[in-house]
Amino acid sequence: MTSAAAAGSPVDGILATAGIVLSLVLAVWALVATLRHRAPDRVQFAGLAVLELLLLALAVVALVAVGGGERPGEPGAFFGYLVTLVCLPPLAWVLARMEPTRWGSAIVCAVCLVTPVVVVRLQQTWEVVGG
Amino acid sequence: MVETRAPERATNRGPGRLLIAVYILFAIAATSRAGLQIATRFGEAPVAYLLSAVAALIYIVAAVGLARSGHAGRRTALVCCSVELVGVVAVGILSLVDKELFPDETVWSQFGSGYGYIPLVLPILGLAWLWRTRSHS
Repeated sequence: MTSAAAAGSPVDGILATAGIVLSLVLAVWALVATLRHRAPDRVQFAGLAVLELLLLALAVVALVAVGGGERPGEPGAFFGYLVTLVCLPPLAWVLARMEPTRWGSAIVCAVCLVTPVVVVRLQQTWEVVGG
Repeated sequence: MVETRAPERATNRGPGRLLIAVYILFAIAATSRAGLQIATRFGEAPVAYLLSAVAALIYIVAAVGLARSGHAGRRTALVCCSVELVGVVAVGILSLVDKELFPDETVWSQFGSGYGYIPLVLPILGLAWLWRTRSHS
């Protein structure tokens, strides 16, 4: 069967795209809140929660693919990025809760700018280098 | 009239908390990178990988120093930010002059260009924040 090999990357689908888009939208929203001297609002916390659910779903899809015999190009880096990725929204959540000022919003903005980068790096480490 | 000495402001509130968040992110990034490099291919570029590990350690200690605040925390953060600034500038210059020395990327290569030059800006922001929150005598 060649279908498994042709299935492509499990971290390159709608979940990853949705995560990147939501994260960037959230970053812009949090940036506006920062500039308006607003503490993190419900939208930011709800956004972080949804983002975390998307990333957890992405992680499950990746782990199912690995369980099914597929292998990332750089396993060590891939799992490192995967663990980091699902920790990012909780990190932003906790720090933003501790800082109910505009700087809490700035923290949400910063973490939401880092998240898409980690998703892209995750996708790159799945692809076999030079393959 | 002797002016009363205004107390130091906490380094772990407001903008300081954002700074700590960014330090935590870099601590994670540098630690995982160094851990992976040292575990899987240490022989290829020991200098670069040990440097990654040192950078990781500095990010962690700086974050802890800023988060703990107080005299000891401030001094810790001051030392870390200074070493970090010297490190990123020195490694940045060395990595341009002598590419053989760092055959593989580190957090500080090319002044941290692989990380959006944030490694170069971060210690400056850290020192500026320590300066802003210093006690006025």
